[in-house]
Amino acid sequence: MPLDSSFVGRSYPPTPPYEVGREKIREFAAALGDDNPVYRDPAAARALGHPDVIAPPTFPIVLTLPASAALIDDPELGLDFSRVVHGDQRFEYHRPVRAGDRLSCVVTVEKIRSMAGNDMITTRTELADESGEQVATAWSTLVVRGPEEPA
Amino acid sequence: MISYDDVTVGTELPARSFPVTRADLVRYAGASGDFNPIHWNQRVATTVGLPDVIAHGMLTMGLAARAVTDWTGDPAALRDFTVRFARPVVVPDTDEGTSVEVTGVVKRTLDDHQVLVDLTVSAAGTKVLGQARATVRLA
Repeated sequence: MPLDSSFVGRSYPPTPPYEVGREKIREFAAALGDDNPVYRDPAAARALGHPDVIAPPTFPIVLTLPASAALIDDPELGLDFSRVVHGDQRFEYHRPVRAGDRLSCVVTVEKIRSMAGNDMITTRTELADESGEQVATAWSTLVVRGPEEPA
Repeated sequence: MISYDDVTVGTELPARSFPVTRADLVRYAGASGDFNPIHWNQRVATTVGLPDVIAHGMLTMGLAARAVTDWTGDPAALRDFTVRFARPVVVPDTDEGTSVEVTGVVKRTLDDHQVLVDLTVSAAGTKVLGQARATVRLA
């Protein structure tokens, strides 16, 4: 069943603030095997002009993945998550995510299309801090693989 | 730290090789909150038609980003980063696992000390990311 294209343009309410902690950043950097001190040592981060440790560039996925759950789980959309693969991902950074940030996400459906029997849905997620300052924008395309030929 | 004046079109980033084992996938699942079993459970992965357990696309993207942020020194230099997940990174159940190989080249210089970097990311001899491109603002 194709995805409901009337979802294009739909936005979901801002998510409750996610508080970015130093230890979560350290854990995420360690999972990438990244020992850059700017992710661990506030003094090293300050030496580069950051007020506290910053997060690796792909860290926003920790927030944006659960933020898109409202959309993915929406029964009206009719998305079968067991057939979903990640098609593409883009981040635009206005400033680095850093420890102490309290960030909210607003998810908007930007595009729905069909290609070669697969449905594709592109979301745009705006991350903003409590003052309303834009921190980053993330675009994700999920590909819903079409039914396979019977074996 | 690399500066804009050190860079021209064709400047290559240091080539990188990042080992990825099953244990790394479990660690990344925990840190990222993405517990999709195709990234740690061979039975589920093969049931849905994959050759074996595969790495999280976002782990591959994170490793590709390291090639850029280790080059710039300050990760905040990265202004825009886009990838297409072209092929899965298959991680066999061995001590060695696999490795993600990343090379990069400055494709264009822009105003405001920015450059476009094209990355080539492969595993087991196959390109796994398509159109992997970073916009970087250098000092």
